[in-house]
Amino acid sequence: MEEQHDYDDIPGTTVFDAERSRRGYQLNMFCMSLMKPENRAAFKADEAEFLKRFAVSAEQAEAVLKRDWNRMIELGGNIYFLAKLFSTDGKSFQYTAAQMTGMSQEQYAQMMLAGGRSPDGNRSKSEWKNRG
Amino acid sequence: MASIFAGLTTSHVPAIGAAVDLGKTRDAYWKPVFDGYEFTKRWIQQHQPDVVILVYNDHATAFSLEIIPTFALGCAEQFAPADEGWGPRPVPVVLGHAELAAHIAQSVILDEFDLTIVNKMDVDHGLTVPLSLVFGQPDAWPCRVIPLAVNVVQYPPPTGNRCFNFGRAIARAVASYPQPLRVMIWGTGGMSHQLQGPRAGLINQAFDNHYLDTIGPDPQALVRIQPLEYLREAGSEGIELVMWLLMRGALHERVQVLHRFYHVPASNTAVGHLLLDNQV
Repeated sequence: MEEQHDYDDIPGTTVFDAERSRRGYQLNMFCMSLMKPENRAAFKADEAEFLKRFAVSAEQAEAVLKRDWNRMIELGGNIYFLAKLFSTDGKSFQYTAAQMTGMSQEQYAQMMLAGGRSPDGNRSKSEWKNRG
Repeated sequence: MASIFAGLTTSHVPAIGAAVDLGKTRDAYWKPVFDGYEFTKRWIQQHQPDVVILVYNDHATAFSLEIIPTFALGCAEQFAPADEGWGPRPVPVVLGHAELAAHIAQSVILDEFDLTIVNKMDVDHGLTVPLSLVFGQPDAWPCRVIPLAVNVVQYPPPTGNRCFNFGRAIARAVASYPQPLRVMIWGTGGMSHQLQGPRAGLINQAFDNHYLDTIGPDPQALVRIQPLEYLREAGSEGIELVMWLLMRGALHERVQVLHRFYHVPASNTAVGHLLLDNQV
């Protein structure tokens, strides 16, 4: 059974706690390996094959191959480790953040220029009930 | 005796480092950010520190998930800029102050703050971006730097209260060092930002401005902020602000704010910067 935490109530947010760190260990260590140029080259040459070097789960491997960032986070990925993966793809934090929010990068950049996402209406899951 | 004569806080957004490295600091997007540091850049030339104790967090660079130290003090002679996945930043090697670092480690452990001693470590943008913001692009950094890495990657980071009290222990350690070194302490990271999930892009300007206004005169009010409140109000990565409290704990009860700057956005993040005089 999963432990309940006060921070589980924050909408659209996955807190990288000890349990998620445990679940995501192999996924994050795969990402960490991409700090080495030879690993980046091997991964780019054959992503699925390279992933076999790590004991990632089938779900984690699928999320990596699809670049489904929210799913990777759900499966224990941490954003600072995932940064090695999107950097290997030549993508930025802002590109990836936009992907995770379902916005285009332009829309997201515009939101940031306008002052960012307000905390109002975004503090509790109860405020997100009516979101589509 | 060594003494801490000033403190400084600043965000350490990686895109700021990229803007420096790619010569974009005068671009319309970035100019307001860099203008906010002009006062401090001029001030520090008149008030050169011998050593900066630089409180920052490693971003899955020197520390993976294999070892996660809550507090790690860099005690090496030097620290190389890390390759974070796109090659190391073209910035000078960071020279440490191994003697003062060893003294601090010994002092704070006996003072019951059991930190991790690191004798070999590369340093990432968390440490080098603040140096670039304050010192620009010199051939060599103009002072020694003692890296103090705080875990804010895996929850929970140390509490604000713990960080503040640790800062006090560091001040005691510095004060008992026999050489007359001029020391600054910098607290980096923040301000509000969230880099992950559907709530990414969160910025809380009211929270940030209150934090900037309060950390000088009334840090005790901020020390009471609980982890949940940081996560909810300042975003999942805004919790880095506990590192500002570590800096603040190392300063006197009364400080003078010499400079205050706030700007939204730098990429995904609210940029905040304070320069605090500790000789009031």
